[in-house]
Amino acid sequence: MSSLSATIQDVFNEPGCGKNANKSEAERKKGCTKQLQPGGAAGGCAFDGAKIALQPLTDVAHLVHGPIACEGNSWDNRGAKSSGSNLWRTGFTTDINETDVVFGGEKRLFKSIREIIEKYDPPAIFVYQTCVPAMIGDDIDAVCKAAREKFNKPVIPINSPGFVGPKNLGNKLAGEALLQHVIGTEEPEYTTPYDLNIIGEYNLSGELWQVKPLLDELGIRIMACISGDGKYKEVASSHRAKAAMMVCSKAMINVARKMEERYGIPFFEGSFYGIEDSSDSLREIARMLIERGAPAELMDRTEALIAREEAKAWAAIAKYKPRFQGKKVLLITGGVKSWSVVAALQEAGLELVGTSVKKSTKEDKERIKELMGQDAHMIEDMTPREMYKMLKDARADIMLSGGRSQFIALKASMPWLDINQERHHAYMGYVGMVKLVEEIDKALYNPVWAQVRKPAPWEKAGENWQSRAMAQAEAEAAALAADPVKAEEARRAKKICNCKSVELGVIEDAILANNLSTVEGVREATNASGGCGACAVRIEEILEQMVSASHAIAAE
Amino acid sequence: MATVTVSKKACSVNPLKMSQPIGGALAFMGLRGAMPLLHGSQGCTSFGLVLFTRHFKEAIPMQTTAMSEVATVLGGYENVEQAVLNIYNRTKPEIIGICSTGVTETKGDDVDGYIKLIREKNAAVAHLPIVYVSTPDFKDAFQDGWEKTVTRIVETMVDAPKSAARRDPTKINVLPGCHLTPGDLDELRTIIEDFGLEPTFLPDLAGSLDGHIPDDFTPTTIGGVGVEEISMMGQAGWTIAIGAQMQRAAEAMEQKTGVPFRLFERLCGLEANDALMAFLTEISGRPAPMKYRRQRGQLVDAMLDGHFHIGGRKLAVGAEPDLLNEIGGLLTEMGAQLLVAVTTTQSPVLQRLPTEEVMIGDLEDLENLAKAKDCDLMVTHSHGRQAASRLKIPFFRMGIPMFDRLGGGHQLMVGYRGARDLIFDISNLLMADHEDNHEPTPDSWRDGVGASHAATSH
Repeated sequence: MSSLSATIQDVFNEPGCGKNANKSEAERKKGCTKQLQPGGAAGGCAFDGAKIALQPLTDVAHLVHGPIACEGNSWDNRGAKSSGSNLWRTGFTTDINETDVVFGGEKRLFKSIREIIEKYDPPAIFVYQTCVPAMIGDDIDAVCKAAREKFNKPVIPINSPGFVGPKNLGNKLAGEALLQHVIGTEEPEYTTPYDLNIIGEYNLSGELWQVKPLLDELGIRIMACISGDGKYKEVASSHRAKAAMMVCSKAMINVARKMEERYGIPFFEGSFYGIEDSSDSLREIARMLIERGAPAELMDRTEALIAREEAKAWAAIAKYKPRFQGKKVLLITGGVKSWSVVAALQEAGLELVGTSVKKSTKEDKERIKELMGQDAHMIEDMTPREMYKMLKDARADIMLSGGRSQFIALKASMPWLDINQERHHAYMGYVGMVKLVEEIDKALYNPVWAQVRKPAPWEKAGENWQSRAMAQAEAEAAALAADPVKAEEARRAKKICNCKSVELGVIEDAILANNLSTVEGVREATNASGGCGACAVRIEEILEQMVSASHAIAAE
Repeated sequence: MATVTVSKKACSVNPLKMSQPIGGALAFMGLRGAMPLLHGSQGCTSFGLVLFTRHFKEAIPMQTTAMSEVATVLGGYENVEQAVLNIYNRTKPEIIGICSTGVTETKGDDVDGYIKLIREKNAAVAHLPIVYVSTPDFKDAFQDGWEKTVTRIVETMVDAPKSAARRDPTKINVLPGCHLTPGDLDELRTIIEDFGLEPTFLPDLAGSLDGHIPDDFTPTTIGGVGVEEISMMGQAGWTIAIGAQMQRAAEAMEQKTGVPFRLFERLCGLEANDALMAFLTEISGRPAPMKYRRQRGQLVDAMLDGHFHIGGRKLAVGAEPDLLNEIGGLLTEMGAQLLVAVTTTQSPVLQRLPTEEVMIGDLEDLENLAKAKDCDLMVTHSHGRQAASRLKIPFFRMGIPMFDRLGGGHQLMVGYRGARDLIFDISNLLMADHEDNHEPTPDSWRDGVGASHAATSH
């Protein structure tokens, strides 16, 4: 077994993942990454994931070994911010050509490393493997080792070619590379009882700086942030921290857990999105540091700071709450921060129409469910068409999503706000929450919506495309309401599994006919959830409903 | 007469170039009801998707065969088949355009063979137009991917007319290079129509990516040239090809259908548009409409007003060959010196550029050369922003991607009007830069000759 596949297996075995611990041995081996669907997939590859996770390290030269597509099409496109070096925004790539593909690209890679050191002299170089050099057998580990010895400088191989899996896996492989080659390789100049690691935070739009002043005030030192506004040396000596906070859901749980295992650094999973989450996180940080030897008075100071900041934030938000009364939000996020955003929105008094959990881990979904209770309306694998319809039906007043789906909302003349990594605003901590509420208010009440919804002079009232589409939708709904047979047909025709194109009716029939009680049973009988597996949650819900329905009948 | 050199570095720094599969995908996006499909790992598509979304500020249809490591080694037949069927079932496209990537070209997948087999095995897609183009990432650049794809569409989708008698002299084919924006295509359409001619654009990004609001939302492209219209392009009287990159496609059209072509290497600037007007007058038999006579005057006036600011400028341009030729040419005609020209790929226009040397290189080369030659105007796509801010020189954005400014899709360059507005925009940028950074101070000339540079740049 190659070292890469061994690493992937190791990542799949993550015991820190609660979901993983409940799986059988065979299931664990299969891994937690969903199988990708040809012609139906969206989202980045493992290389993309690795780069996202590590690129915010600001003083490192990030060198992509591959054809031009991998770096040329994507460089300098992240909203992370740096307080120092801007080297991370420089695009380095070997841009391999046909000759390299035939004769191997290792020499070009080595020369590239030398050129970067000569011209830019960074504290370290991260070398990212991509599909084509992986296929032709370029051994980047060996090249990095040779370069490390020759130039006496850390040259770190990041083995995460795109075709091994999705973004999610790439995040974890990036973490493995840090654990294997970076963390613990240097010593800090000094340590304090207040040294904290923040893991899985990328400082998008400078959001970390919304929280850092609070930590500064408490005397808590961010020893290393992995990776937002991070520096190589900080990460290399981060093994001396007293405690760690894991911010970005499970994307880098392997880093947090293995640092606990190897260096005895306890960690907790927390979030700075939303007021209550921020307070909880600050408390937890204080508690952990005190447990590791910081003076107990830290907690008093923390509580005082929390009380002060909460009061300020609530006062600022209070004036918006009446304006948000009855306003519904459609949250579509492929991102790693789904559940924390949900919490933040609910604090502002907004009602959630649904949330997509595509791309987040299964654990994320559980968190969303927990937060939104029984009303959680999980919208998975939503096609643009469905998204459009949902907005058109005015079931949402505003859509919050990542950059790519915004245009559907805007074309439907619907308020929209960016909450993914391309966004321009920072929403962390107490000030960030107030900012988010402000932005939602600005979007909701912008007079532009009234303008853009006005019919053109050549359109008669009720005859523009929006009204026609709405009328059509209403007519369809009315037709269904009048005809119970058709309504039942429409209900049964609802697609549950998009990958394998399985409808609700087929699943219900299979459950009844075969007396099924598990998702696995349904999968065997109908092939539903046999693709990406994201619909398993929905099948569970169908099973629950049918079981309780049959109990009700039995009880009569 | 320019010498073409190739950067000798092993490591490309701050790429100017983008890959050819996404150039191919963009060409397919100018077709109505199209779904571009990259045969590669899902990152190949996702990077392109993000790039176009950020540039056009539109939802972009683009799919992937999602090749895994195992599929890559075993061959991608099943992935291509599944992708085609999934796209067909989910989005009901009028055409699927497949571009290969580095991943699948390294293995050497026979996609044409796959498509044949897919059609045999699946009746539903037996007659669905599927066009395949070979576009490995490790060769050529964005512009080449566009060129190959348009050529392939012509070769496979245009019908050869049954007889020359069926030819309609009022019908004109337009094959635009990828350096033209949707705004440029709209301008050209108006010009051609004003001569009583009926143009068909292939590809027609103005129909699909011009930011219009569609009557019905589709997960495929929401406009562009239709499959049927493409098949009838063989009945046109003439083909107008724009940019040297379209030579091959125009030749393919002529070879297949006998439609003669006229290639315009440039359509930005006075002479270039005079040539277009003369040609349209000739083929339509109509004199140039009054409004273009006025617009010509406006351009001449703009050139006179603008030359005070543009004249003498030391210009550094980073762009694909045809765009470089357009903007480098226009500004040279206004008295600027094209001191630094960096491009992405080979092209016959490079040797004819009004400069001594053209380098196939990256934005690090552009930055270093611009610094060495003391350039005071940089033109390239948005990725030039870091270099321009380090050099502290005015920066005009042109080309794909333009992700940090609005209106990239409507930036106008063709026609008298396009050149006029471009001259205004660039002159205004230079005037603002002068006001902000180069106003004289009592010390500007204190140290006499040779010191003025130090005083005016800071």
